[in-house]
Amino acid sequence: MSLESLQTAIRDAAASGAQLRLRGGGTKDFYGNAPRGSIIDTRAYAGIVSYEPTELVVTARCGTALSELESALEGEGQCLPFEPPHFGAQATLGGCVAAGLSGPRRASAGALRDFLLGVKIVDGRGRVMSFGGQVMKNVAGYDVARMIAGTLGTLGLIAEASLKVLPRAPAELSLRLEMPLERAIEAMNRWAGRPLPITATAWHEGELTLRLSGADVALRSARQALGGTALDAAQAQARWRAVREHTHPFFAGNEPLWRIAVPSAAGPLALEGKTLVEWSGGLRWLRSSAEAGAVRDAARAVGGHATLFRASDKSAGAFMPLPPVLARLHRELKNVFDPAGILNPGRLYPEL
Amino acid sequence: MRAFLPARAVLYEEEDTRPYECDGLTAYRRLPMVVALPETEEQVRQVLQTCAAMGVPVVPRGAGTGLSGGALPPGDGILLSMAKFMRILRVDPLARIAVVQPGVRNAAISEAAAPFGLYYAPDPSSQIACTIGGNVAENSGGVHCLKYGLTVHNVLRLRGFTINGEPVEIGAEAPDAPGYDLLALAIGSEGMLVVVTEVTVKLLPQPQFAKVIMASFDDLEVAGRAVAEVIAAGIIPAGLEMMDRPATHAVEQFVGAGYDLDAAAILLCESDGTPEEVEDEIKRIREVLQRAGASRMSESRSEAERLRFWSGRKAAFPAVGRISPDYYCMDGTIPRKRLGEVLNFIGQMEKKYGLRCPNVFHAGDGNLHPLILFDANKPDELHRAEQFAAEVLEKCIEVGGTITGEHGVGIEKINQMCVQFRPEELELFLAVKRAFDPAGLLNPGKAVPTLARCAEYGRMRVQRGKLAHPELPRF
Repeated sequence: MSLESLQTAIRDAAASGAQLRLRGGGTKDFYGNAPRGSIIDTRAYAGIVSYEPTELVVTARCGTALSELESALEGEGQCLPFEPPHFGAQATLGGCVAAGLSGPRRASAGALRDFLLGVKIVDGRGRVMSFGGQVMKNVAGYDVARMIAGTLGTLGLIAEASLKVLPRAPAELSLRLEMPLERAIEAMNRWAGRPLPITATAWHEGELTLRLSGADVALRSARQALGGTALDAAQAQARWRAVREHTHPFFAGNEPLWRIAVPSAAGPLALEGKTLVEWSGGLRWLRSSAEAGAVRDAARAVGGHATLFRASDKSAGAFMPLPPVLARLHRELKNVFDPAGILNPGRLYPEL
Repeated sequence: MRAFLPARAVLYEEEDTRPYECDGLTAYRRLPMVVALPETEEQVRQVLQTCAAMGVPVVPRGAGTGLSGGALPPGDGILLSMAKFMRILRVDPLARIAVVQPGVRNAAISEAAAPFGLYYAPDPSSQIACTIGGNVAENSGGVHCLKYGLTVHNVLRLRGFTINGEPVEIGAEAPDAPGYDLLALAIGSEGMLVVVTEVTVKLLPQPQFAKVIMASFDDLEVAGRAVAEVIAAGIIPAGLEMMDRPATHAVEQFVGAGYDLDAAAILLCESDGTPEEVEDEIKRIREVLQRAGASRMSESRSEAERLRFWSGRKAAFPAVGRISPDYYCMDGTIPRKRLGEVLNFIGQMEKKYGLRCPNVFHAGDGNLHPLILFDANKPDELHRAEQFAAEVLEKCIEVGGTITGEHGVGIEKINQMCVQFRPEELELFLAVKRAFDPAGLLNPGKAVPTLARCAEYGRMRVQRGKLAHPELPRF
């Protein structure tokens, strides 16, 4: 498939007002509000455009399988530092950027948007535009590229993305400690304020798992400082993959799954349900049938926000409503990129 | 203004407004009609609301250390100085954040966080003077951003107003705020989208230990390749800087940093972490640099010596200011592998325009700072320097880079925006601006050129042999 054919499809839809559903492998169909419109499958527009390990930058087309991209990086001893969840073998780079989700390493390495250096998009009028670039530092023009992360295809089809990559850590070690949530939150934040090589944290049912990454010498001294029992390497790898990909038993079942982001040091939330905590306390997964309003109020009360991540009923809206001035700015921006309102309508917010 | 600001906070006599006529880019000067120095958020809101109602332009300003003319005042409007917003509102060591007002100096944040073993990572050379508000406007970097990121990676939340005086909060202390990432859009927007009155920054644990290697090279291209070799070895140094011989000579006279004056270029390569980690990494870096052809190497043996090695790099701009009446600092970023080519090109431009140009280079992230030396009192030298700069910036675009890595476009590089971006991309930027500021009152005429201006500059990017907007007049 060519970029021109994607442009033509969007231009035609804009002319007729037909709604489009931009879709890669469909592994994140569940995310956000219900998708609607006729499908544009981006998987045919695929391939790594350029990858130079010493420049620490990879550029690939949207349809490139995330697994293919990650193995290319692995071959050179590098990685996507934000550890994006795939949620299925079919996951594509375009979907990954559009969803903007980051995995276990987010609290230490940064989010997807932090590594997004540039994008080529097709906007709602079918125009191809490039923002950002393939260099680490670039402040020419507004940082539209970073803003595209997490827009769920509502501002444009992400045709190509350039990401900063980093070397893989030479060694990893995971430790298990027993402690109640309140103490775990305090401990994770305290540790994060010290120069320790902690690159992932997960607390569930009284058990806190830490992942350390770095040089052997650093891991040895950190292990002494932290205590706990070491997991064997295969067990540790499986454990972090299960957290990242939601194959951990906590994520099984049909009870609504909430993704609650809070300031990391906020105490345990007084909400019914089971919880799994990541990102040094900044991310609280919650399985709960509690009223959406109650979950969002609890998040808001500590300066956070709650996303209804997986649920059969999303009538409460997947994302927390925006305050009026921000909501207006969102509508204005949508109108700049997609004046006909045809790209993934409603996926992020009903009015976008 | 006097209705809601105290008398001392409204300046309009020429002797009072003169200090605000320019920022760090002194080649462009303009007297503001009025300078307003509000002290409270409510006063900022009133200034903005009043200006919006009367259609008066507003230019926000921090410490005025910017190098691209981003804070050049409007001749017919208000210069909004945020200098009085200088309180650190909160440092939370457990949550590792600081909430500060925009007029707080960059270095003051790290000073306030130091008792807790924390610091604010971005460290532009001007950090003892520049303010966090200005850093947000420009998305400032520094010498450690390859490992620790730019302003956009280290700011969590902004509070401020739109031009109409509507309060906005962008981003959050919690990760991944819902909706579009307006934080990314606002940071680096050169004061054109919102006026910021409060900034929440992320604090990082101070590394236990740091050490820097200074390596000499007889050839610039070899030094450039050595940088790539370090990265290829899987090492991300905390800092990786290069200076050419003219730059080390200028600096050495000024601060005596102990640089090798015989080398064609020196590299400063820093490692940080636990003492064991640093020793391990320094050993690996040493091996890589040796293999890559370093002619001499020395390691910092104490914290004082480490700081002395850096002092030269951080003082590069003022040091150059001493050897030349004026200098013009450029800020292009290029893919590192094109370094040799671009430095050769700069050498050719020195001959073509008859001006000298020492180079300092954030080698780790490909950000060049060539410093064109000139004397504004000599006829034609400023003009030659500007043309020299324009050619270098356009070379940066040609090799796949950008015209500005961290200083911003401002007024200085506005013409080169016409070369870097296509007309539809510039139109989109202008539309984004209108979404926030429909009347175009906030820092007008900066950062994004109008298409008419590009037509006038005559360097509109030609797409597939067809000039966009042929209906526009060309001069």
